[in-house]
Amino acid sequence: MIDIALSAKQLNVHYGEKHAVHDVSLDFAEKEVTALIGPSGCGKSTFLRSLNRMNDLIPSCRVTGEIWIKDRNINGNNTDVVALRKKIGMVWQRPNPFHKSIYENIAFGPRYHGIRNKKQLDEIVEQSLRKAAIWEETKDRLNKSALALSGGQQQRLCIARTIAVKPDVILMDEPASALDPISTSKIEELISELKQDYSIVIVTHNMHQAARVSDKTAFFLNGHVVEYDKTETIFTNPAHQRTNDYITGRFG
Amino acid sequence: MSAKTADKIATGIIIAITALIALALIGLLGYILYRGLGHISWHFLTSPPEAIRKGGGIGPQLFNSLFLLVLTMIITVPLGIGAGIYMSEYAKAGKITSAIRLVVEVLSSFPSIIVGLFGLLVIVNKFNLGFSLLSGALALTIFNLPLMVRITEQGLRSVPVQQKEASLALGISKWKTIRSVQLPIALPVVLSGSILAAGRIFGEAAALLFTAGMSSPRLDFSDWNPLHSASPLNPMRPAETLAVHIWKVNSEGLAPDATQIAAGASAVLIITVLLFNLGARALGRYMHNKFTASK
Repeated sequence: MIDIALSAKQLNVHYGEKHAVHDVSLDFAEKEVTALIGPSGCGKSTFLRSLNRMNDLIPSCRVTGEIWIKDRNINGNNTDVVALRKKIGMVWQRPNPFHKSIYENIAFGPRYHGIRNKKQLDEIVEQSLRKAAIWEETKDRLNKSALALSGGQQQRLCIARTIAVKPDVILMDEPASALDPISTSKIEELISELKQDYSIVIVTHNMHQAARVSDKTAFFLNGHVVEYDKTETIFTNPAHQRTNDYITGRFG
Repeated sequence: MSAKTADKIATGIIIAITALIALALIGLLGYILYRGLGHISWHFLTSPPEAIRKGGGIGPQLFNSLFLLVLTMIITVPLGIGAGIYMSEYAKAGKITSAIRLVVEVLSSFPSIIVGLFGLLVIVNKFNLGFSLLSGALALTIFNLPLMVRITEQGLRSVPVQQKEASLALGISKWKTIRSVQLPIALPVVLSGSILAAGRIFGEAAALLFTAGMSSPRLDFSDWNPLHSASPLNPMRPAETLAVHIWKVNSEGLAPDATQIAAGASAVLIITVLLFNLGARALGRYMHNKFTASK
């Protein structure tokens, strides 16, 4: 029996008048990578942002429906959103490291959550940077600004920063779109390793990437989930015509 | 007329207008400095003014301008930053917020003489604070506080929203995000804006005529106890500032060298304001480099 890390039930998202996500119900299994694919504007990023309540920051946005973690619906008014976001981390398309040193970028989260001991923090920083495959490149310049790193390095730093607070789920919104091919393949390798410890949901407009890294794939179109199945099935033998049209490049 | 010719003419006109403005400013500055630089000396900068004899200085007035500036900043910076944070991060868009913003903008562009008269009626008379540094500081607060609010709000809004999102996504609270992620990035903007505002306060005259007063008592610079009446740090004493002094000397100066004193004092005032401006730009640039490249 596979454990479910996160699941959405009848999720709807409205931006003012616009109904961006329609009745989406998806289960994300533990320690698996799920890809959300679909053409631009189909609602996959909006859906992703609802999962860790980041859409709360947009005043005109209304999210209705349920989001379950273990046995709690976190899409309610009395959810501790701050505590929730410790459990669900996020990585964006454009790397956004803090304007601080590399060390501080990683230590900032754990220190806020209560770890004051310098040795413990040092260990967390090293472990996180190692896990994100960027320890060798940064170990000699931990006190230098994170902004001096290249784009690909900054993105791996952002991933390291996310795993430093020990989340259960990591949400990735097109994490490699803004990177060169070599950095992209490094990030994809990283995702394959990270799934041993974390459940990952990744939005990508690159279908080959989805085929490479994910275990399950959901195809979004106009705010609806058209099909959700094992990645292999979606890409070799999809059940719906529209899915087939998308993956063969007929549109999108 | 071909497009190329029109382009050349337009460029020429724009350059000519800019040159005209630059020349006017340089001319104005140059003239003031030319008239007044010669009169500036250590004696001039430190001695008290003479009512009818020549050889008076602007020592107490210079000190008053600086001390009044510090006092006003002590009041307006914490309040302004607090309100600015509220307007930028906590206020929900709506009628009340728009109304607050309107009030803030109107207050910051009030004519200074009106602020001065208001200060006279309410602060000096009604609250019985008399002509004093404190009255002057409170009058200046009326238009510096809205300025600080606007500077802080703009500084915070200039921080990329991705920084805020990155911090919140780590499970960090809103206030900690503001304090440790957003404010440090906004700091160069807020700091250089504050220094420019300080430059404006330093040169203010109309608002201080009837609040800080047009006289300065004999000051004992060896007595630093703010509670003593002869101490320069006593905030309840009248305190004629440099700008007010220039006005007074020019309109009712009885000393034979009144013209030179006014010229010298003007030069000192202009130089100080210039230093504030250059300092603000240099500091802003330095902090920007520090935050985006090495730190």
